[in-house]
Amino acid sequence: MPPMSYLHEEKVKELEEKAVSIRETLIKMLVEAGSGHTAGPLGMADVFTAFYFHILNHDPQNPTWEDRDRLILSNGHIVPVHYATMAHAGYFPIEETMTLRKFGSRLQGHPERTRLPALETTSGPLGSGLSQAAGIAYGARMDSKKFRVYCLLSDAEHQAGNLWEGAMFAGANKLSNLTALVDRNNIQITGMTEDIMPLEPLREKYEAFGWHVIDIDGHNMEEIVDATEQAKAIFEKPTLIIAHTIPGKGIKEIEFDYLWHGKPPKKEEARVFLKELREQRDTIEHEHTG
Amino acid sequence: MGRMINKNIKLVEDIFNTKALEHLATRDGFGKGVVEVGERDERIVVLCADLAESTRSHWFKEKFPERFIEVGVAEQNLATVAAGLAVYGKIPFITSYAAFSPGRNNEQIRTTISINDVPVKICGMHAGVSVGPDGATHQQLEDIALMRAQPNMVVIVPSDAEEARKAIVATATNNRPTYLRFGRENTPVFTTEKTPFEIGKAIIVWESKDPQVVLIACGTLLYNALFAAQELMAEGIGTIVIDNHTIKPMDEDTIVSTVQRVGAVVTVEEHQVMGGMGSAVAEVLARRYPVPIEFIGVQDQFGQSGTPEELIEHYGMDVKSIKGAVKCVINRKK
Repeated sequence: MPPMSYLHEEKVKELEEKAVSIRETLIKMLVEAGSGHTAGPLGMADVFTAFYFHILNHDPQNPTWEDRDRLILSNGHIVPVHYATMAHAGYFPIEETMTLRKFGSRLQGHPERTRLPALETTSGPLGSGLSQAAGIAYGARMDSKKFRVYCLLSDAEHQAGNLWEGAMFAGANKLSNLTALVDRNNIQITGMTEDIMPLEPLREKYEAFGWHVIDIDGHNMEEIVDATEQAKAIFEKPTLIIAHTIPGKGIKEIEFDYLWHGKPPKKEEARVFLKELREQRDTIEHEHTG
Repeated sequence: MGRMINKNIKLVEDIFNTKALEHLATRDGFGKGVVEVGERDERIVVLCADLAESTRSHWFKEKFPERFIEVGVAEQNLATVAAGLAVYGKIPFITSYAAFSPGRNNEQIRTTISINDVPVKICGMHAGVSVGPDGATHQQLEDIALMRAQPNMVVIVPSDAEEARKAIVATATNNRPTYLRFGRENTPVFTTEKTPFEIGKAIIVWESKDPQVVLIACGTLLYNALFAAQELMAEGIGTIVIDNHTIKPMDEDTIVSTVQRVGAVVTVEEHQVMGGMGSAVAEVLARRYPVPIEFIGVQDQFGQSGTPEELIEHYGMDVKSIKGAVKCVINRKK
């Protein structure tokens, strides 16, 4: 890490507060939907916040602007946090998040670009996002476009062959305009990744495929932003950021618990969770003013 | 004899003089067509999975190396990198053997191309038993079924190299996910530059006196269907032959209006009968004008090694089998 962060302290607080608000929206959405994933979206709320409120060069009023940075979500099942973040960033009204997974909604259970054109692509079946991001990055380089391509990945989807085909392709073609970030939360739907099909040593695997690799704390705004800045300075390789995250982050009772991978909170649980999040926000505000 | 051929479609002279006709593979038509569209549209890119020469994508590679992308033996990546390129704004043609693409990468095509509704052109080569000695693993016989069942997907099976070239030119700008099927073998080129081609518009190629059966064919077996029609005419049996090159969206009106005049159908394709072009025709006719139908194609079996001629005969897709099916369906009319 560079000794000096790219973020001012004030900005860090602003982002941390925003992430709590996004988690609140997320819990409300999941309760209303009555199905969906909880742990992954909570764990990635800080990363999504950092991207949509600092890293990405984008315009929510003009979502298909041709020079925008592209963010591709490969593990489509954590899309509730993507929707919540996009709503907070101004892509659509926050009230619309309450339509998640409902008939006629633009906010499908897994992301569909044709229904919500502000999404870059369609995903859900795991392992296919990195190749799509690599395709976008390859096309952009052909046309000397300056925008950057980001791809958010889960850890367990590294058990899929398609993902490694994409990693090999991006490395071989030295797609330095591509930065991938893996949500290394160690859980998957039926247990821990290292019990089901071990992914380690993940860093060395990517390095062997021709990638530059950075490990970070996926809940530290400065580290998230600094890693994406560092990636811009690596000219001859794509960069992988291994973001070590806590599944269920922000709600103490469910943190690290893989059983929360694929279920939403019940109403009663949500009331407790939202109270906890409100307290966090108060603490951040207090620290900020104090 | 030539008078039974539809004059308006400008086929080559004397299409039944097989030896005198130029012989090219439909994959050659792909190779020519994609260079042609590449010349006039910068957005065209070609992706290949380590089969540049046998897919004929090497002609594009020689001409436009900067727009040719080699992904190696990785068909899932072939489809998904192309989806990314298309989302960005390119028009990718992806090439491999049909056994692998769309054989191996069906889910990637479904999610990232069809649901995503992006204009990737999936070009499946070496389809059917006529790939010959390679055997069952490489003889793709289920691709039409796979592809036509996906919403948004256009499905085209050209009948000779020239029609294949035109199909590539037409799909380059159709702005839709599209599957095109090609063969390995050199087969007679009986259409010409002047023969019309429009996606979704079936062509009536032949009509002999007092037609009793409509032969609806796609792919290079159309030539066998025409030969059968000619021999049947000599036996006093009139037929109509349709080049049904676009399986989806199908030209329902041409098919229904022709079948209404005649009242019986034989479909001809080098594919499993289950789920293929014949099934698609049957779906249309069951709904709009039910008549007896016989299906020429592979009957729920895998292929095996052999010469293309041996295999076409063994699996009942030769001229003799087509004639047999015509006679059978005539009996069923009575």
